[in-house]
Amino acid sequence: MRKVQDIRRYQGFFSMTLLCMLLLYGPLIIVMIYSFNDSPSIIRWEGFSLRWYYEVFFGLEAPKFKKAAFNSFSIAIMAATTATIIAVAAAVGMIRGGQFRAKTASFALLSLPLMVPEIVTAVATLIFFSTIGFVAGYATILVAHIVFCIPFAYLPIAARLENISSIYEEAAMDLYASRAQAFFRVLMPLMLPGIISGFLLAFVISLDDFIITNFVKGAGVETLPTAIFGAVKQGIKPDIMAISSLLLFLSIVFVTFSWFASRIGMKHS
Amino acid sequence: MSNPPHGVFAPIRHWLLLPSWLTIGFLMVSPVLIMLVYSFLTKEFRGGVIWEFTFAAYDQFFIDRGLFGDEPPQIEWTYINIFWRSTWQAGLATLLCLFIGFPTAYYIATRPASTRNIWVFLITIPYWVNLLIRTVSMKFLIRDNGPINAWLLQTGLITEPISLINTPIAVQLGLFYSYLPFMVLPLYAAIERFDFSLSEAAADLYAHRWYTLWHIIIPNIKAGIIAGCILVFIPSLGAFLAPDLLGGAKNFMIGSLIEEQFKGTAGNWPFGAAASMILLTAVLLVMMLHARNQKIDAAHQGH
Repeated sequence: MRKVQDIRRYQGFFSMTLLCMLLLYGPLIIVMIYSFNDSPSIIRWEGFSLRWYYEVFFGLEAPKFKKAAFNSFSIAIMAATTATIIAVAAAVGMIRGGQFRAKTASFALLSLPLMVPEIVTAVATLIFFSTIGFVAGYATILVAHIVFCIPFAYLPIAARLENISSIYEEAAMDLYASRAQAFFRVLMPLMLPGIISGFLLAFVISLDDFIITNFVKGAGVETLPTAIFGAVKQGIKPDIMAISSLLLFLSIVFVTFSWFASRIGMKHS
Repeated sequence: MSNPPHGVFAPIRHWLLLPSWLTIGFLMVSPVLIMLVYSFLTKEFRGGVIWEFTFAAYDQFFIDRGLFGDEPPQIEWTYINIFWRSTWQAGLATLLCLFIGFPTAYYIATRPASTRNIWVFLITIPYWVNLLIRTVSMKFLIRDNGPINAWLLQTGLITEPISLINTPIAVQLGLFYSYLPFMVLPLYAAIERFDFSLSEAAADLYAHRWYTLWHIIIPNIKAGIIAGCILVFIPSLGAFLAPDLLGGAKNFMIGSLIEEQFKGTAGNWPFGAAASMILLTAVLLVMMLHARNQKIDAAHQGH
């Protein structure tokens, strides 16, 4: 056993791993620390304070950020829910549909939003909405988000379904369950960890999107990322660091939940 | 329809897939086709288009006819240079990510199962964290009066702050930092599947450890390396946030060029559509090359 360990080990790989972690987390941790800085100049550290968080919730800019937060969260909930429903249906069709002619094309279609560069999707969507006369605003953001959330919801759901044997739904049908009952009473509960994981990832992706939202949003409609971007253009102020830290914290919480949802599910199978 | 449907949900598979076909087909495929049409239309000055067919957008992209359009046509280098800059920035970011990402992925994949998951989780978190916030943190960190410069000044290592913002180096740093997790995760997946008894066999035959890495391990995980490189290269090529926030106007990349046609002062939709089509074509070429190589590999393994 010891010998195997030695053969697999390479000098310096551990240091590189630590360097990688430092690079990934260093900037985020420093921003989080500085969001508690008492100084308005953000250059020097002048002691711990929550004043910038207070500023975010109750300061002059608070109504703007609250509106943006409301837009972000309501869009994320609706987009992730719709995308998850579409993805669940697609996953059952793909994984339980046997071999069929449109299978490869369907998979390509489902992963298309991942392949096309975001900026190209943004341009195409803007042009499309403008052509059909769909006025830019809240609704355009929501529709655009549903599309790019689908693959993020689909992947964990499909991965989960692939690990569930089809004997369960077949047993249900043998016992005279209808197809709908076999799905909602038997298969869906088994898929639930994957569905939760997919929903949370779609939620995070929608909450975080900047490029596509920036293109399709109308004047005056902001989400948290576009509001942050607009503020950053005028310089990085401490309240922006506080709001960024909050969003960062939220993303971490959701991704952690998604991670555990997908793992707990796997243990049962 | 090659096989008769069997299983509980197979008979209704087309109904199950219909919502995704409609959503992505209507809201993703048709917009790209309309964008292709727009790239051949005449621009309207306040944004938008006039429905008259023209090659003007592609002409503007590739051919220089002087300020008033009456000089003999020459190759227009401005936009080709922007594409070239994007390509080498994305390529360099890919190499840097591979350089840091490979040892990391290898180290994680050779951990015992219990700690391995914690490491994977630690890589996964930044993968999902808001790209805008990550880019802003990088900007905050490397600013002239940011924490790094402050620290270097304090320790006396430098006497003047190092000015990184608005340089190609800052853009490179931003791209590399943005897409590093995209490299580590596929590499990890490939190395985890690698059969380490091959390493043992190589060692038994007196292969040097680094020889084994280069000639046994790397060829076996080639697919994972290529997947990681594509996942870093493609979003880097079309990146907008890193060049915009860290590079400024002098370090334009394709993403910023496109954005300016729609959101900025340039206001030239057909030209933006044409630039997007050129970027999309480049990306599809990379993908097709990758798919072809995979097919060739599969064919070789089949024999």
